[in-house]
Amino acid sequence: MDNVGIESRWVEVGAVEDIPRQGARVVATPRGDVAVFRTLDDAVFAVDDRCPHKGGPLSQGTVHGHAVTCPLHNWVIDLETGEACAPDEGCVTRIPVRVQDGRILLVMVA
Amino acid sequence: MDTHMPPRQKLVVVGNGMAGMRTVDELLKRNPLKYDITVFGAEPHVNYDRIMLSSVLAGEKDLEQIVINPRSWYEENGINLVTGDAVTAIDTQARTVTSASGRVVAYDKVLLATGSRPIAPPVPGLDLPGVCAFRDIADVNTMIAASEKHKRAIVIGGGLLGLEAANGLLRRGMQVAVVHLMGTLMERQLDKAAAELLQRELDERGMNFFTNGQTEEIFGEGRVQGVRLADGREIPGDLVVLAIGIRPNIDLARAAGLAINRGIEVGDDMRTSVPDIFAVGECVEHRGKTYGLVAPLWDMAKVCADHLAREDATSDYVPAAMATRLKVTGIDVFSAGDFIGDETTEEVVFRDAARNTYKRLVLRDDKLVGAVLYGDAQDGGWYFQLLREDKPLGELRDTLIFGQAFASLAAGAPAADPTAAVAALPLDAEICGCNGVCKGKIMGAIAEHGLTTLEGVRARTKASASCGSCTPQVEQLLALSLGDSYAKPTGEKPLCKCTTHSHDQVRRAIVDQRLRTMPAVMSTLGWSTPDGCHVCRPALNFYLLVAWPGEYQDDQQSRFVNERNHANIQKDGTYSVVPRMWGGLTTADELRAIADVVDKYAIPTVKVTGGQRIDLLGVTREQLPHVWKDLNDAGMVSGHAYGKALRTVKTCVGSEWCRFGTQDSTGMGVKLERMTWGSWHAHKVKLAVSGCPRNCAEATIKDFGVVAVDSGWELHVGGNGGIHVRVTDLLCKVTTEGEVLEYCGAYLQLYREESRYLERTAPWIERVGLAHVKQRIVDDEVGRKALYAKFLYAQKFSQDDPWAERAPGKAAAAPFRTLATVE
Repeated sequence: MDNVGIESRWVEVGAVEDIPRQGARVVATPRGDVAVFRTLDDAVFAVDDRCPHKGGPLSQGTVHGHAVTCPLHNWVIDLETGEACAPDEGCVTRIPVRVQDGRILLVMVA
Repeated sequence: MDTHMPPRQKLVVVGNGMAGMRTVDELLKRNPLKYDITVFGAEPHVNYDRIMLSSVLAGEKDLEQIVINPRSWYEENGINLVTGDAVTAIDTQARTVTSASGRVVAYDKVLLATGSRPIAPPVPGLDLPGVCAFRDIADVNTMIAASEKHKRAIVIGGGLLGLEAANGLLRRGMQVAVVHLMGTLMERQLDKAAAELLQRELDERGMNFFTNGQTEEIFGEGRVQGVRLADGREIPGDLVVLAIGIRPNIDLARAAGLAINRGIEVGDDMRTSVPDIFAVGECVEHRGKTYGLVAPLWDMAKVCADHLAREDATSDYVPAAMATRLKVTGIDVFSAGDFIGDETTEEVVFRDAARNTYKRLVLRDDKLVGAVLYGDAQDGGWYFQLLREDKPLGELRDTLIFGQAFASLAAGAPAADPTAAVAALPLDAEICGCNGVCKGKIMGAIAEHGLTTLEGVRARTKASASCGSCTPQVEQLLALSLGDSYAKPTGEKPLCKCTTHSHDQVRRAIVDQRLRTMPAVMSTLGWSTPDGCHVCRPALNFYLLVAWPGEYQDDQQSRFVNERNHANIQKDGTYSVVPRMWGGLTTADELRAIADVVDKYAIPTVKVTGGQRIDLLGVTREQLPHVWKDLNDAGMVSGHAYGKALRTVKTCVGSEWCRFGTQDSTGMGVKLERMTWGSWHAHKVKLAVSGCPRNCAEATIKDFGVVAVDSGWELHVGGNGGIHVRVTDLLCKVTTEGEVLEYCGAYLQLYREESRYLERTAPWIERVGLAHVKQRIVDDEVGRKALYAKFLYAQKFSQDDPWAERAPGKAAAAPFRTLATVE
């Protein structure tokens, strides 16, 4: 379960169309940069824009299936779970996402 | 000797070709002990795949690769093989055969498989040196030898065989003229529309056509010098290949007193008029018809083997519909059945002029009776299956023309996955048309013998062992049976874990099957993932870009971050920016502009690179378009220091300043960089030009290095200063700057076309061999010029400055901006 506290809120950050398919855009937040991904099948995911390995910007990686390959050392992160794929180990924090009428909403914890 | 066994009979096989040996093979399967077998072959070789001679001529296969039965096969099966000794007589009274060398062998049964011989036109000059047919290994050797010494070839005959010969000679660097008696090419296999598309495409490849051309004379003194046509046209040539057709080889049968007409007459049981003498293959005439394609020969072989194995066999040879494919790389042509039609037929035609595809299906009484496919013949096998099934089409008719994938989709089947398409075929669907092998037989062999490789399937079933065009389907059946444990047996690794195909196989498929988009590659070749991975996508993007310049839309999302962001990502997620400095030259204005950029964006580190330019390190993603704009405004463009692309051309000052310089190396370097900048490659490519053999530009550890000498320029290739230092190989010496440019462009294009993604020129050259590169770039002048032209053509689409395209405010700059800022 995602730990969404009472103080959290949904914040609109842009349109699905703003993100290229198989690509990502960056949202600046108080917790640091968040990478918002759009996959080939138009699913939208958001994770902290820091690879669990050496902090590489995942938003600049190659998006394939529901996964992204970090641009620095090719770690592959599963966007559905936030986990690095074997043989690598590590996890990146996921941010809950909702898409309404083509607009993307992220949960921000105050 | 085992007294319970009946004594073996003596079977003498006359002819060591495909039909004869297939019959022996089938016979051994049915009854390996019945006969002592002696095989006579007129050629000095073991049994080889005559169909593949065109691939040998084209340089795609060598002789060893087309051997069907090696000598060990004869030995293992106790067959007495006599090569290079033709049978000259059969005495049906004494029941013996006699060979040219005087050998006399007694027989109980004879199998005639004497094949056919080329038809020669009734004209003078056939005996001139340089005139040959296209029938056997000796002919192919004659043609290859001629292509090495001579420039111009004339092929008489524009049918299947003639065009394959013409293509092979073209591939060997000859100028080729094709003389054809009829108005359109391959009129026995293609309708007019498809024939015209074919002629246009071959014309673009450089073949010259003389249709409606009747050869009147082959002329020459000492050696053939050309051909004169009946209408007076004269075509000069140093090689003339006769490919107007074949006629059954019946001399031996006639002399033996067998009933003959055009061919050796046989009944449905493949017996000749003499009951103990059988005949199969191209030498026979069955119900008034003779044959030149391979599929019916295989059917004959089975029937004949039945009757040789058992006196009471009842099987009959029944002619079936036939299909043909042209084996010309990159041209997909297929036809089957009655593709012309008549007043009782209807036709469905699909034409896409821009993609050069044409399909024509002929229907009678709601059944498919014929098909012609041009440009995209992938569905040939499926149409042929429908044609042989002879069933009413019903609803299928509406979507038939769009092919199997679409038709099954329309029928509610899941996505157009090619493995699914093969999985959906019934067990009796024919996979290998050449050898008549159905899906059930292949699946059975895989299961029964635990086969895991393509070679295994070929060995057990013969599927895909002849022309090879069903190889993808056989591989899909292996994948279907074995799942993930099926790995391609090429020795070359799969491109990535999404596929079993190797880099080379994928590259070939893109060109041969005209795959023009990434989804087309992935679906046709059966990718296991929906949109690939970070390994295959950049490779496919590059391969498609090279195959279809100006046509393929570069996929930014499939490029590695550096090529997508046009800067080099650093360990902290910032980037380095390197503007181009042509040949290492710069000016005060450029340096001032760079200094201003460094100040304005507080760029932390400025460094001079090994490639003679300036690196600005620590630029953030959002700053990139702004930094580029300022550099653009000062006249600088991207240096592509981040790409699998042309990086730099390093130079020394050369004769302009240096007291040792022999040529203007800086000027040469600038010209090379102007020509090559922006070109994409399998890996980074570095050039250098040194003005004298002191080699201050370190040209001999570059991908392409030029060293000036008094009399011109030495061209060096395949150097590398990286992990594995490799000194270049000398390619050749040229005299003019124009030649340097031409050789360089041709060499880079060859590398672009042959390399595996992420393979630098050094390992590429070690893999393909320097001799190959020399042959293509130095020896083959026509080929070099063609490669150079292709390079320049592709450059038309790649020399736009990517920085200017991403200037602040332009749509392409959007990805560099932060989407939103949440407080």
